[in-house]
Amino acid sequence: MHGTFGETADAETAIIPEMKHHSYSRVVLGRFMRQPVAMTAAGILLVIILAAIFANYVAPADPFQTRVARRLAEIGTPDRWLGGDELGRDLLSRLIYGGRISLSMAVLPVAVGLFVGGLLGILAGYAGGRTNMAIMRAMDVFYAFPSILLAVAIAGALGPGLMNAVLALSMVFIPPIARMAESVTTQVRSYEFVIAARLSGASTARIMREHVLSNVAGPILVFASSQVSVSIIAASGLSFLGLGVAPPNPDWGLMLSALRQSIYVNPWVAALPGAMIFICSVCFNLVSDGVRRAMEVRR
Amino acid sequence: MTVDFSRMQAPLPLIEDHGGPQQPLLIASGLRKEFRLSDGLFGGRTVVHAVDDLSLTVGKGETVGIVGESGCGKSTAARLIAGITPADDGEIIFDGESFWTPRARIDGERRRAIQMVFQDSASSLNPRMTLTETLAFGPRAHGVSTEKARAYARDLLGAVGLPPARFAERYPIQLSGGQRQRVNIARALAIRPRLLILDEPVSALDKSVEAQVLNLLVDLRDQLGLSYLFISHDLNVVRYIADRVVVMYLGQIVEEASSADIFAAPRHPYTRALFASKPSPDPRKRVSAPPLTGDPPDPVNPPSGCRFRTRCPIAESVCAASRPPLAAMDVGGTGHRAACWAALPGSGHSLSPRVPASVLGSVQ
Amino acid sequence: MNIHDPLSASARAGASAPILDISGLAVAYRGGAGWTQVVRGVELSLDPGRCLVLLGESGSGKSVTLRAIVGLLREEGAKVEGRVRVGGQDVTSLTSAELLRMRGGRVGFIFQEPMTALDPVFRIGHQIAETIVQHRGVSWREAMAKARELFDLVQIPSAERRLQAYPNELSGGLRQRAMIAMAMSCEPELLLADEPTTALDATVQIQVLLLLREIQKERGTAMVFVTHDLGVAAEIADEVAVMYAGRIVEHGDAGQVLLNPAHPYTRALTNCVVQGSYRDRRLGELTGSPPDVSRLPPGCSFAPRCISRADDCLRTEPARRDMAPGHDVACLHAGSLSASRPD
Repeated sequence: MHGTFGETADAETAIIPEMKHHSYSRVVLGRFMRQPVAMTAAGILLVIILAAIFANYVAPADPFQTRVARRLAEIGTPDRWLGGDELGRDLLSRLIYGGRISLSMAVLPVAVGLFVGGLLGILAGYAGGRTNMAIMRAMDVFYAFPSILLAVAIAGALGPGLMNAVLALSMVFIPPIARMAESVTTQVRSYEFVIAARLSGASTARIMREHVLSNVAGPILVFASSQVSVSIIAASGLSFLGLGVAPPNPDWGLMLSALRQSIYVNPWVAALPGAMIFICSVCFNLVSDGVRRAMEVRR
Repeated sequence: MTVDFSRMQAPLPLIEDHGGPQQPLLIASGLRKEFRLSDGLFGGRTVVHAVDDLSLTVGKGETVGIVGESGCGKSTAARLIAGITPADDGEIIFDGESFWTPRARIDGERRRAIQMVFQDSASSLNPRMTLTETLAFGPRAHGVSTEKARAYARDLLGAVGLPPARFAERYPIQLSGGQRQRVNIARALAIRPRLLILDEPVSALDKSVEAQVLNLLVDLRDQLGLSYLFISHDLNVVRYIADRVVVMYLGQIVEEASSADIFAAPRHPYTRALFASKPSPDPRKRVSAPPLTGDPPDPVNPPSGCRFRTRCPIAESVCAASRPPLAAMDVGGTGHRAACWAALPGSGHSLSPRVPASVLGSVQ
Repeated sequence: MNIHDPLSASARAGASAPILDISGLAVAYRGGAGWTQVVRGVELSLDPGRCLVLLGESGSGKSVTLRAIVGLLREEGAKVEGRVRVGGQDVTSLTSAELLRMRGGRVGFIFQEPMTALDPVFRIGHQIAETIVQHRGVSWREAMAKARELFDLVQIPSAERRLQAYPNELSGGLRQRAMIAMAMSCEPELLLADEPTTALDATVQIQVLLLLREIQKERGTAMVFVTHDLGVAAEIADEVAVMYAGRIVEHGDAGQVLLNPAHPYTRALTNCVVQGSYRDRRLGELTGSPPDVSRLPPGCSFAPRCISRADDCLRTEPARRDMAPGHDVACLHAGSLSASRPD
């Protein structure tokens, strides 16, 4: 009888064809690619981001070059395809270049929030007890203010400028990401495989590294990526209020602010920066939604 | 496909025996755990007495079964003994040495002496780790090189009936429930414990798979000389695998005896009712009337005296007055104990057995 | 029992007409890679007043079959083929409104977890009365009185107080009783129960089981009861249909199927269920796992795990054939297998 139990789980597989094994990341990628909406959104974002990165090759004109004759030019004007702005600069080029500042202003605060908030949240979640209480109550203080108001207040206190705006926005995204990280970590910590790891005598650092991080990273990343769509609007809001970069730097929020007086003269041109903000925000949302759906574990 | 543990190169040494064969492997004494729940915004705190003064022993090579219904505290007891949940009071002696007390807990090497196998679920295995990684984790945490740990993990897979050639690189989601439970067992064994606490290890499995896993557990016990603390709500399973059975009700032990004794002659009315509630597999021998009425009471407000008295068919006034002690049921010392006034001589319960004065004298 | 639609009355008049008649039922769900066939050709017929247990393990299709009877699958996006008749009425051709009328009307449904069927924000009595008013058009006062009666029927103590309770204020056993009361509220001709006692504790399970048995016999309600537990089946069944990989592999009277099983799967199942008396004996085990219905082998689905497998089992899918009057089995070699059970 000894040792014969090797066969038990085995008999059926001789007849039924083998299932292919794929690593988790490949499975998620495959599932993501089967979602047409998310894939389209990802494609649009990719085009916008690449255009911003390679703006000096892609942009048809110098974004700072003013030309009085092209002030508020119609869409379709030969050397101003998407029209001209209030100083006659090429709007298309300014939109492409503007992506650099606008997108970094959107992504950087979330990245900072992800790092700081994620760290605090995982720490609070895994430690539990008083540490959890201290960290999470501190986070709750930030929830007392509406997020955009908080950003405006901080940015206002620090003064205008790109770095200050990023700093202000980071403060907005730390608490929600921390809260999310804390709840996921608390949940993972209660799973039997973590308890079994604790029972085996492994150190906390090892359990964190090998068991906890890999299981909380996904959900936290997805949540953070969904925050980018909020961040892009908040960042544009700050620029709109003059708390971001200074003119003549191209930035979608700033462009919207400058062009809003011209809305009765040429509404189409004035709407374009707004459209960019809107498209990016929606696309970030759809992509993060698609990733979340692709990550749902099922057979 | 014959895998024998004695021929496997285990990278971790066996934990040495200290107390000799007569020393129980595990002595749990006076375990107590209360959970405080805050009750709404203005409500005071409610206290659940999850485990109340629980003591039990597990001998070397012995399998002790704990049975009871949901909320009886059997799973909490398991977690207290393993040291996952800190106890409010009590002590665990492992092979003659203190394993933990509420103030001090052992660490390092000896900690791996007690391992747990949980009920199969989606969260029992790390979904991001292959089976090899899962099984190599424990030994690696004890300083075994990754290479050795992985080789041992493959051997272990084979030993629990999962051919490593096909299973080593699989992820938990690619397993059936029974296969997952085999991995759970292998993971617990990977760091060579002496006592396995099995918390409902077969409850989530299909009946046809349950038998496979039980056979595996019996084989492993015999081959490795393990002791089991086996927790289940299924009386058939406990009767099959356990040498001794402990019955719990609302956080307390109500009866304890050898498997043969308790199933042949249960002394506590709750144990009798529990046994009689078991559906018969033969349609000609159906249960005609339910042995108990109503649900188990809320553990937040357990009844005074004997906690079973509110559902007990033979409850009397003495049962409400004070809690019956867990007392020996025989003079011979077979270890059959029950906590029931009706089974205790001279208790004042009308059904309590009359005893010759000589025996009574020796008890006092 | 005063209000009945004429169709059911006529169905009841002919005593031999089955209350439930399923033929060629096939159900497929959309999975990761195309459609997965979870029920594959179920034939079933149940006479009024009888209790049929659908017995099977996970993935056998037992619960799906049950839900197909009340047309719940259509809303789940499943592909359903075949015919399901309840009291002569074809369920597959009913409109959504007619289906709603049927559910809770002539067909009652009991779930494993009553909390999924009970609304947590309404009092229990309110919910039962609501169902009665909706299906029978009586006044609220009459409906509440009826609800009170039903609570007595399902033996809920202090019924008056419990009617005023919210679902979460009741214990598991009481909730399941309330669920049964709700299912019985319109005096259904057919009661469908999906593992109704599985989540309950042993001492409560037997109470609920016996209650269901009593009500079913007393009221002459036909019942289809889904379970994985042989003991539960033995307690309640008049007849048993064993399901495996989406098909019925054995069907007959409870005694025939449970005591004298003919299909190798049923035999293995009755043999590997742990009995206390098996101590110190190796359990007769069924190798392998319950089938993955998305990748079934050709021929008999059970063949990979079958101890009596022959070559033709891997090629030919066996049809159900009679072993004895009222006892049929889907196995090519059932008759030639040894009559005694392997233990």
